[in-house]
Amino acid sequence: MSELIRLTAAELAARIHSGEVSSVEVTRAHLDRIAQIDPAVHAFLHVDTDGALAAARAVDEDVAAGRPVASPLAGVPLALKDVFTTEGIPTTCGSRILQNWVPPYDATLVRKLREAGVVVLGKTNMDEFAMGSSTENSAYGVTHNPWDLDRIPGGSGGGSSAALAAFEAPLAIGTDTGGSIRQPASVTGTVGVKPTYGGVSRYGLVAFSSSLDQGGPCARTVLDAALLHEVIGGHDPLDSTSIDAPVPPVVAAAREGAAGDLRGVRVGVVREFSGEWYQAGVISAFNRAVDVLRELGAEVVEVSCPHFDYGLPAYYLIAPSECSSNLARFDAMRYGLRVGDENGNSAEQVMSLTREAGFGAEVKRRIMIGTYALSSGYYDAYYGQAQKVRTLIARDFAAAFENVDVLVSPTTPTTAFPIGERVDDPVAMYRADLCTIPANLAGTPAMSVPAGLSEQDGLPVGLQVMAPALQEQRMYRVAAAYEVARDRAEGGPFINRVPELEVAR
Amino acid sequence: MTLSTSDVLDYDEVLERFDPVLGLEVHVELSTRTKMFCGCPTTFGAEPNTQVCPVCLGLPGSLPVVNGKAVESAIRIGLALGCEIAPWCRFARKNYFYPDMPKNFQTSQYDEPIAFNGELVLELADGETVVVGIERAHMEEDTGKSLHVGGATGRIHGAEHSLLDYNRAGVPLIEIVTKPIVGTGARAPEVARAYVTALRDLLRALDVSDVRMDQGSLRCDANVSLMPKGATVFGTRTETKNVNSLRSVERAVRYEMTRQAAVLVGGGEILQETRHFDESTGTTSAGRRKETSEDYRYFPEPDLVPIAPSPEWVEELRATLPEMPWQRRKRVQADWGLSDLELRDLVNAGAIDLVAATVDAGASPDQARAWWGNYLAQEANSRGVELPDLPITPAQVARVAALVAEGTLTNKLAREVVDGVLAGEGEPDAVVAARGLEVVSDDSALYAAIDEALAAQPDVADKIRGGKVQAAGAIVGAVMKATRGQADAKRVRELVLERCG
Repeated sequence: MSELIRLTAAELAARIHSGEVSSVEVTRAHLDRIAQIDPAVHAFLHVDTDGALAAARAVDEDVAAGRPVASPLAGVPLALKDVFTTEGIPTTCGSRILQNWVPPYDATLVRKLREAGVVVLGKTNMDEFAMGSSTENSAYGVTHNPWDLDRIPGGSGGGSSAALAAFEAPLAIGTDTGGSIRQPASVTGTVGVKPTYGGVSRYGLVAFSSSLDQGGPCARTVLDAALLHEVIGGHDPLDSTSIDAPVPPVVAAAREGAAGDLRGVRVGVVREFSGEWYQAGVISAFNRAVDVLRELGAEVVEVSCPHFDYGLPAYYLIAPSECSSNLARFDAMRYGLRVGDENGNSAEQVMSLTREAGFGAEVKRRIMIGTYALSSGYYDAYYGQAQKVRTLIARDFAAAFENVDVLVSPTTPTTAFPIGERVDDPVAMYRADLCTIPANLAGTPAMSVPAGLSEQDGLPVGLQVMAPALQEQRMYRVAAAYEVARDRAEGGPFINRVPELEVAR
Repeated sequence: MTLSTSDVLDYDEVLERFDPVLGLEVHVELSTRTKMFCGCPTTFGAEPNTQVCPVCLGLPGSLPVVNGKAVESAIRIGLALGCEIAPWCRFARKNYFYPDMPKNFQTSQYDEPIAFNGELVLELADGETVVVGIERAHMEEDTGKSLHVGGATGRIHGAEHSLLDYNRAGVPLIEIVTKPIVGTGARAPEVARAYVTALRDLLRALDVSDVRMDQGSLRCDANVSLMPKGATVFGTRTETKNVNSLRSVERAVRYEMTRQAAVLVGGGEILQETRHFDESTGTTSAGRRKETSEDYRYFPEPDLVPIAPSPEWVEELRATLPEMPWQRRKRVQADWGLSDLELRDLVNAGAIDLVAATVDAGASPDQARAWWGNYLAQEANSRGVELPDLPITPAQVARVAALVAEGTLTNKLAREVVDGVLAGEGEPDAVVAARGLEVVSDDSALYAAIDEALAAQPDVADKIRGGKVQAAGAIVGAVMKATRGQADAKRVRELVLERCG
């Protein structure tokens, strides 16, 4: 295994920009790693070898010519969740209905990556249309967790999290509607950040639930996530819901946090995030992490957010309602799969047959739930009521942040569960997002940083750090401080504890 | 129009037994340069699917951005209709599947329209006024167009295949909905037509739309119901679509009244349904029956932020409102010294704005009225178009009038110039030059023609010299012929008499 693939994005960028190593070499090392290991992990749905090498060469030419590089991450490879449109490169969203669809345009986030000289290696696997917590709902096969190939890598962004943990890419992009960045980060021992809603453009992000979806950075270190956050963040006139404000200074905050001093920082532990659904190993790892924060000088208090308990049911009305409308466009008329266009079938029949064949069971379940919840006579009781819960949760956050700078909790109640364990129990699957959903409903930022291994099963546990809207620098600072202390105690980067994968020869 | 008597009831009998209730929904395509939610152009008649982008095609991942100019137009329309303007409102998704709708939902407004609670005052042909309440005016996007190929009706049912053109998808629309219009009795069809006419004139004055019913930039859906005389509860209504001209509005309402009455008198029930107007027969037919009533599952559009027009902005827009058509009518009547009847004739001919614009361009009110009220009105009539659709502008008419006033053209020549403009030969001056229509006012040229004519008819010349002044007519005629009518006959006569002194 090439040493290059073990480096952080920040280290790689430094070496590439100094000319010590070329971006092409770095890119080839990762492409080689993907070729070797991905048959076992299945993180990628599409690898764009030519495009990646071309992007890498362009950065190398800048370096060779002494021109300033396009960004602090120029030349560094990245794995892109297959939910962002990429001009000329297939975009499937993990769905059969978009098999072979090649978008004619780049998402704003993708354009920013390209302009920053970030090398997009390919598109990663995901639960179909980002609906799921295990990546088992992909129409293109499951992704395996590099910590234990028989376990799930989280979802919906399991391809991105697995690619990081398998050293197939030092950076990745995810999207988080109810936890799809943070929960995969938690169960793969990586870092995942859901920015403030509106902090990263959604233009070109194929919508699951428009009012909740948020793209964000994934990496193996807090600093790398911060560097990527600053590349992809910022206002986009093509997304009306994007915030017209500067990107919070997250890189500076990550560097500041790495100094390891949290004196003066008030940390709130959310009382409601514990109880019967939480594994003992997760709770004890979380408690140890809180102890570390205290040791770093933070003042830790317990905080109650009484309406967080209603987050999950409210989410499972709002997200399906919006998805039932967002996914209506997949009708075989203009693009994507078309089934039954023969025997004189009408347009309506073709639409129906295509949607029957093209959508998986979980997507259909949510379309049906959402269609029902929006129906006349039920709207007030379901969608309307859920929106009220949303307001109450936002008020819980606001009240909490009057007294503390950040809130912390476990990212998800359990460690990575075995593939297949929850496929027939949707509610058990939904509970994976218990702790992550409130931040989506409130539009506030939150991130997951690895909090060591569960003593129960030796698998990674995630520490979730939540901050007020547009105050991402607070959580980056806390997460970076924790990360340094954790690695010091462990005697090296946590991610290096991931087992060597058996490479198919 | 042939109708079997069982289909419809005699109109007088309808009115003896029923009171009609109308509700009119008018869709106006705004003439903004770009679409409602993207930067694509809105030009009518472009090659199919050339004015499209990821947003108006509803491609996965694309997002809408509101056209500020369209919001401005919506507010101005609302203000002109005397509506309240919502200080905060949202878009909503109207969910239903149809191939010409790229997202399978229409971004519209539901319970939070941008303008609501206004009125429009109509004047009928005999001068009676009717106040029509405006329920709401809201913003939405147009759909694409389907062309159904094969099958008998040109409608989707029975078609072999359909062609889709998404150029129109996303064009900004304002939907203006009336409150129920009651108590109009026999005049209901006339009121419906007068309402759409008044609304069209208002929208034209606001310069927010082409308001071309023939091109679909103004579309009217007519809701009609009947209730037995003296009843207070409205009957079941039908909604008639495909009403593509002012005349059709009137015919469609009248037909629905007689059809519904026949059903009711025959003991039947009116089905709440969409009906389709057929221009050629003047009848309506039922659309495809729906098994269940449509549930559009409206919910607030999460991809757009709320629209919150500030009171200052609304007042700024109010200040941009032009003179309203009814204000203009009052003013021009006074300015031009018209009798009520003369005014009404101009109004009924749809000529007020044209005459006013012609006056604004320098013509006298009498000249302007004469052109639009007579020669051009006949021309429009023989072409079967509305007066404003004639290919001549008020400025061009004013120029012709000016040429007459300064003696460059006679009335006869002026009509030829107008014909030339209508035939697409260019501006009036260009037509005059190209056709050589200028009046020969150079006396020396006329003397030459007169001398020639006198020499050619010596006996006539002698008679004139002998005092038979009426004989001059023959010489004048010869001169006019020689100058191909471009001389001023009065002047020619003067010169002939002078010559024969």
